[in-house]
Formats: sequence, structure tokens, C-alpha cells
Amino acid sequence: LLAGFGSVMQDVLWCFSQVKGTIDIGVTEADIISTVEFNHTGELLATGDKGGRVVIFQREQESKNQPHRRGEYNVYSTFQSHEPEFDYLKSLEIEEKINKIRWLPQQNAAYFLLSTNDKTVKLWKVSERDKRPEGYNLKDEDGRLRDPSMITMLRVPVLRPMDLMVEATPRRVFANAHTYHINSISVNSDYETYMSADDLRINLWNFEITNQSFNIVDIKPANMEELTEVITAAEFHPHHCNTFVYSSSKGTIRLCDMRTAALCDRHAKFFEEPEDPSNRSFFSEIISSISDVKFSHSGRYIMTRDYLTVKVWDLNMENRPIETYQVHDYLRSKLCSLYENDCIFDKFECVWNGSDSVIMTGSYNNFFRMFDRNTKRDVTLEASRENSKPRAILKPRKVCVGGKRRKDEISVDSLDFSKKILHTAWHPSENIIAVAATNNLYIFQDKVN
Amino acid sequence: MFVRGLKRKCFDGEEDIEGTLAGIKAIPSYNLQRQSLLDMSLVKLQLCHMLVEPNLCRSVLIANTVRQIQEEMTQDGTWQMINTQSTGQASLDRLVSTDILCRSSREQAEGKHVPGYGTFSKDFESDQGQGSSETMSTTSSVQAPRNLQSNMWEMENPQENKGNFQKSLDQIFETLENKSPNSVEDLFSEVDNSYYDLDTMLTGMMSNTKMGHCDGLETFSSPANTASNSNCKSDLNELDHIVEILVES
Repeated sequence: LLAGFGSVMQDVLWCFSQVKGTIDIGVTEADIISTVEFNHTGELLATGDKGGRVVIFQREQESKNQPHRRGEYNVYSTFQSHEPEFDYLKSLEIEEKINKIRWLPQQNAAYFLLSTNDKTVKLWKVSERDKRPEGYNLKDEDGRLRDPSMITMLRVPVLRPMDLMVEATPRRVFANAHTYHINSISVNSDYETYMSADDLRINLWNFEITNQSFNIVDIKPANMEELTEVITAAEFHPHHCNTFVYSSSKGTIRLCDMRTAALCDRHAKFFEEPEDPSNRSFFSEIISSISDVKFSHSGRYIMTRDYLTVKVWDLNMENRPIETYQVHDYLRSKLCSLYENDCIFDKFECVWNGSDSVIMTGSYNNFFRMFDRNTKRDVTLEASRENSKPRAILKPRKVCVGGKRRKDEISVDSLDFSKKILHTAWHPSENIIAVAATNNLYIFQDKVN
Repeated sequence: MFVRGLKRKCFDGEEDIEGTLAGIKAIPSYNLQRQSLLDMSLVKLQLCHMLVEPNLCRSVLIANTVRQIQEEMTQDGTWQMINTQSTGQASLDRLVSTDILCRSSREQAEGKHVPGYGTFSKDFESDQGQGSSETMSTTSSVQAPRNLQSNMWEMENPQENKGNFQKSLDQIFETLENKSPNSVEDLFSEVDNSYYDLDTMLTGMMSNTKMGHCDGLETFSSPANTASNSNCKSDLNELDHIVEILVES
């Protein structure tokens, strides 16, 4: 059922489906979710947290008896992906926080994903075991070796069913290639390579080779005192394995073609919107810094998120975005306070829906926003325990900017800036979204009639 | 939500002037606001030396903001004052002209800067204590350049690190690049203690906004200004010591 797809745009009503995580008032920092990602079929949903753990949820098979429960997500596997480390040379801790998870497309029975912290990328294999061999000749059922001279007959071991066990094993560890903090990883459409990007460099890896990577972008100045711009995000084109984009802290996006040179220092395209002089302030550059960049599924557009807006760019037009959506423009007059409490540096992500018709991004007060590119309508929803009755329809929220506050509105000064929705994910083909609110993961689905 | 922000603006003696310059509620202390922003930014940059490597993107953005302020201050002449020693008649003229510039630039700035600085007037806390008295003294020194020997920058910053402002930025980046204890120490030794007046503000801000994890402000969880300052320094000395041992072994 692909509601929302196709040419007929209907209003989608979003309902609460599930919430994962504890309700404790005091949040353990390790439980704070730092990344969320559906796999390519939407069957699996992975989260990474500040404690370095990965939790994978699997969607239940839909049951004919309960058609209104459109496949709940339940825990499938949990494992510790990264541990805290200490860099002795610099006397600095390396956080175990999972910055990004990216799935590989499924090629056999096992699932593969990449997870990364600030310094090291790991390839994990998640596989099921539901049978085990019994009847070995050389060892008994407990695994103890038998005395070969005591064996009088041979038998063929048989596979017997056992309780399903899901095991995650690290298959590759890609380490020691990043001096700065990794902010992005992206699997190439050739499924043989992937890239990892830190503040100043982007490296290209082959999945099979862990002791070597190719540096494809390097913006580190010879003299660090001249540093004024960093890489903030990077992604491969979904279909063209030679093309990728990376965004910067100055609000620019560069599209590079790996066929032109080994080191992609010169971009093929440069996307930048001219500055609006009437809006200029000391904070202009900070709020223009791009926190996320995502190709559309079609590969024709890129979406960028900066502090106050989401922008859609056509790859064929470099001088300005084709669409700009205001996420929370009421914060524009509060920039100084937000600079003071560091909120202005929050990195919000953005996502496309499966058909590239709707885009979604998070905000404060556990609000998240959706923009329909065709109808130009937008909605603000909230991820909260109060709206957590099964299949309860989410009520649109509204922030009151000034003057009289209506009954259901919330005023800007009442917003809780510690409740930020930085990470969200959209199912690849259905209207199912996962929203990470600090240590809780909310799953919402569209209403099924 | 938005807690004690910035230094109290000084309205003393400006009441009448405000009346004549209609509609510039936030503007009268534009230079002070800009100065506050500069101070805040420098503190943020120096807070970066945590146990975990600082966020480079954030540091770069803050440093760029500081540069912007510096450029603007250079353009409108207030930066001149910082870099030179105040000696004799020339400096007196400079102080006076800056004062005039402050007022006229306020008018000029009105059109383009009101949006950005609207919050300065709203965020107003009474318990600035040392911070506000500092602001007061700063203002009075601008408006009444009686004391040639101590211009406002000196009063605020006896070590004159503002003059070596660019050098501070460079040091910060060098330190970010390779955390060598010596330069970090130097950095801290140049910090004017007045920066830590923002401590109270930052501490209060932490508790009020209920921030969960905020790397840049974690060291300011202790309320005592001087205590945290000296803790920082003793930690660095320890770090020095440890590094020496490690390197030698």
C-alpha cells in the first residue's frame, strides 16, 4: 500500500505507531540516539547511540488477522559497535558515539551495515542462525573431543532447528585514515566502494581493503591558521558511481566527478545561493552552514539543511535552490541567544520520502516538520509520550510568534531547546517514519482506513 | 529559556539622546553588544580545550565570527584604539572621534542591524555583578576620556591580548591541530579573567535550559569563577606532566 505515492496528492494523516526507549526523567547520556536509518527494503531500522551501541529493529510480517497493525518494528539485534578509545599522542578521548549508519543493499541472506564514530568505520554482518548441526563424529554433544579409537561407526551430521539467534560480527574495520572527525559515510552505487568524510578530507574505500584508502578531497590549508571552511556532509549520487557531493560550513555544495582526477580538488559544479544583504548579521555565516545534504532518490535533486531552512537544488542549476522551506523562522530574531547557548551549532538532518514528493526535518521542542513539494503545504508534528496512544492521530502543532497566543499554540519562549529532533528517517517506499527524540525512538505511520 | 545573556547595557546619561534618536531601542549600545559578542566568542573558542577533541566546525564558525567583528571594528576605527598605546594628545583625539563614531555609526547601523540584535535588549538580567560594572566602566571611559593612560581596552584587559588578537586565533588553530600543552597554556595565560565573568551567565544558562550534553560548556558546571579557572590551569599542568612522562618513555 503506497499511500501518498503517485499523482493524486491526498492529505496524509500521521498516527503514532510505537515508541522505543525508556521514559526515565533523567536521560542516561549513552542512550541518546545519534543516528537512524532504514535499510533499502524498509524491513530493518537501525539506530546508533552515544554509547556506541547499534540496535536493529525488524518489521513483523503483516498478519491477515490484524491488518490495521501494519507491521510493528521489534528488536532484532543489539550490539556494541564502537568502544571509547584514548588517543595517547594527543591526550584526547575518542568518543564511541555512532555518528552514522549506512546499510549495504542485501545480496544474500545476511545483512551488512557500516557504522562509524569520529575515527573508525566498521562493516558489520548481521546474520541469522536457526539451525545447528548435530551428530558430529569427532566430538560429542557438549563439544568435547572424542577419542578416535573409540569410534566404531560414522554418521553424517544433520541440521536441526534451534531458537533463532541473530548475531552481529565485525567483518571489516577501517581505521587510522581520519585525522579529523568523521561526519558522513556513503555507500557507492557500485556496492564495491564507499566514502568517509571528515572535517577536512574525504576518503574512498574498497570494502575488501582495510589498510588503504584513497583521499579524494582535501581542503586542509597548508597553514591551519588560514582555515575558514570545513566539510560538513558528503554523499554519493544514487546512480552515478563517479559522482558525489559535499557541503561546507559556508553554505556551499560542491559536486565532484571522480573520473576527472584522482584528487577531486576542483569541483564539477558549485552550488551557492547569493546572500541576502538585508538579512546580514554576524550570525549569517553560522546559520548558512549546511548540516546535511541528501540526494533525492531520483538523483535529480539535492536537499540541504542549514540552521533555519531546508533547500532543494536542481543539479542543473547552481546559482540558487529551486525551493526553500522555512523550518523555524521564528528563531531568526533569537540567534544571539541561540549562539550563546550553542544551539545555533545543532546539526539537523533532513530526509526525502520514497517518491521525493515530501521532505522532513526536525526542530526543537520535539517538533518535526514535513513539507509537501507539490502542494506546498507543510505541517509541524510533535514526538511526545502524550500523543502515544496506539494509532492516535498526530495533531498539527503551531508556534505562536507574537501577539495573541491561541489555545493550542505554543509561544517561542516556551519551546524546550533541550528537546531537539536531529535525526529522522523515512521508509524507502511507505509512509512510515522514525523520529529520534533524545533517547526515544518514535515510529509513526500514516492512517490506514 | 533564554537565560541571562549579556552584559547589561548602560543607559546612564543616554536617556535624552535616546529620545531624539527615535526608534533605536536596541542600538544605543551597538558597540557594547558587539563587544559582548566578541567576548562571548573568544570564551567559546577557549572552552574548546576539553578532554574530547573540540568540534572543528564549531570552532571555525566562531573564529570566523570573531574575524568579522574584528574587520568591522577595524573599519569603523574602534580597532585602531586597541592596537595602539595611548600616549598624549593623539590618543585623546582618537578616543573622542571614536566616541562620535559610535553615535553616528549607531544611526547608520540602525537599518541593517536591528534584526540581529533585537535579542540583546530583551535578554536582561540583573545579577551581572562584576560584568555589568565592567561594562559601566567601559562606557564611561569612552565617553569621558579623561584618563589617557588607561583606555577602555586596557582597563578590561591589562595584558592587551586584544592587540594580539589575530595571534590568539592562530594559536587556537594551532592548538586544535596538534594539542601541544605549551601553546594551550599560553592561550590560557593570555585569557583575561574578566572573560570568566561570563561563567555565572553560562552556569545559569546551563541549568535553565536543561541542556543535556554540551561539549563546549561542560567545564563551566562548577559555579566558582576563579575555581574553574585555576582548575583548568592545574589540569593543564598535570597534563603537561603526563605528556612529558609519556613522551620520555
